[in-house]
Amino acid sequence: MIEIKGVTKHFGKKPVVEDVTVTIQPKTITSFIGPNGAGKSTLLSMVSRLLDSDTGEVFLDKNNVKKMKSDEFAKRVAILKQSNHLNVRLTIRELVSFGRYPYSKGRLTEEDEKFIDQAIEYMNLTDMQDKFLDELSGGQKQRAFISMVIAQDTEYILLDEPLNNLDMKHSVQIMKILRQLVDELGKTVVIVLHDINFASVYSDRIVALKNGRVVKDGQTHEIINSEALREVYDMDIPVQEQNGCRICVYFNSHS
Amino acid sequence: MRKNSTKLLILFGLAIVCILLFSFYNIQGGFSYAFPRRLIRVCAMVITGIAIAYSTIMFQTITQNRILTPSIMGIDSMYEVVQTIIFFSLGASSIFVVNRYLNFGVAIIVMVAFALILYRFLFRADKHPIYLLLLVGMILGVLLGNFVNFLQVLIDPIEYISLQNKLFASFTNVKSELVYICIVILGIAFIYGSRLMRELDVMSLGRETAINLGVNYDKIVLKVLVLSSILIATSTALVGPVTFLGLIVSNLAYQFMVTYKHSILITAASLISIIALVGGQFLVLHVFNLNTTISVIINFVGGIYFIYLLLKESRSA
Repeated sequence: MIEIKGVTKHFGKKPVVEDVTVTIQPKTITSFIGPNGAGKSTLLSMVSRLLDSDTGEVFLDKNNVKKMKSDEFAKRVAILKQSNHLNVRLTIRELVSFGRYPYSKGRLTEEDEKFIDQAIEYMNLTDMQDKFLDELSGGQKQRAFISMVIAQDTEYILLDEPLNNLDMKHSVQIMKILRQLVDELGKTVVIVLHDINFASVYSDRIVALKNGRVVKDGQTHEIINSEALREVYDMDIPVQEQNGCRICVYFNSHS
Repeated sequence: MRKNSTKLLILFGLAIVCILLFSFYNIQGGFSYAFPRRLIRVCAMVITGIAIAYSTIMFQTITQNRILTPSIMGIDSMYEVVQTIIFFSLGASSIFVVNRYLNFGVAIIVMVAFALILYRFLFRADKHPIYLLLLVGMILGVLLGNFVNFLQVLIDPIEYISLQNKLFASFTNVKSELVYICIVILGIAFIYGSRLMRELDVMSLGRETAINLGVNYDKIVLKVLVLSSILIATSTALVGPVTFLGLIVSNLAYQFMVTYKHSILITAASLISIIALVGGQFLVLHVFNLNTTISVIINFVGGIYFIYLLLKESRSA
């Protein structure tokens, strides 16, 4: 269980995240949604210790994240940020192999190779695993990075807008894989999403942020309704039910 | 993998050929006199070559930028500052000038301390502290350079001449006593640095990915900065500033060796820089008949290569 307790972050004088308290339930997909600049990515960065919080603490199974050893933390929590530009020329397999670094420190064992094979297989990259990343499309590259995170084999996987630059097919594919990771392997996924329909269809819980504060936090069905969404996005969002999924039809609504 | 080891072998062979040529070609005036002197110079060049290649590649990994060298932090202009201030305030006959060990020690300590202070003051911001660090280092470097110029104008002309000897040291008048100390320093740096290799491999994926994989990013950056300041300080104190060499050899190594592994990249870059220095010096001695200096050759070739890099980077961006 990840507990975020009273976390605040200022950039200069501007508060970006203010007094946020959220609990991430194990074995669920939790989506962070909210308008641009709501502090979603910053919050995720603080949970994954890419950023220090000004005040407040993050606990991983009752352990203060700041006090954990960094390689122990890396075996339990993985984070993938939205920009993944690389200065080095790597093949997909080399990149995914880096996912085993917390365990093997660069000397891969047979067991590591097995994890790498599986992770590549999971993202359907086996055929092109020896291709260089700079020869790939945006979607393939994104899948290669997610594959690295899967090879890291952590209980918690944090993803910052992993659907950026992806077409519908690959977005659905990735969300389905995340669902599998949770349902079959018992992982916990926290994901920052812009498309609320993906959040609605695939996540168990939703945390909605606005101006650095949590405005809604609950089961998906508690958040995906017109009233709650108005509070988050300041616009009328009709919600329709289709095959048991709630879909937000916001394309021509008035704000 | 096999291809890379073949390439390393080729480089190693070339480096040995250069060293042998330099040591034995056309040796005159008594073998027992000339050979040890040549050997000292070869050692100095090998040390400098390795120190520069090693520090540049590490530095480029932590800055995620392949057209920077550690000299951008103003470490080598700090060398000029130290020497000038010693001459200005204590004079050419002071113990800090006459005793070469003391002079060398003071220079290295001040250069490393400068890098550390810069780091301590600036490495607190959250976003891209490393660029701020570089920018301030660069500006300070220019400021210090001008300050030194100013002091040099005020210095007694006779003392200025002996100061110049310190500042424009080249491979032809290497201070042989210092070579042994440098070998020890380089050895220690190597043992310390060899543990960083795999972490540096991860660091080349960028800050966020490195932290995600459990690398203590800030600590490694600090270690690399200290290590490369020591290496640069050592080579500067030994032979004077050789600005472009690191840039050329690191980029040649990246292009020649298709790998992300620092152990291979640093070995290749070190060998290339030994070839450039020893081979270059050989050309200066026996082809150009001392009509030019190796710094001129290195800066000329380096300058052209730098422009080529800039053009290439701007095309790909």
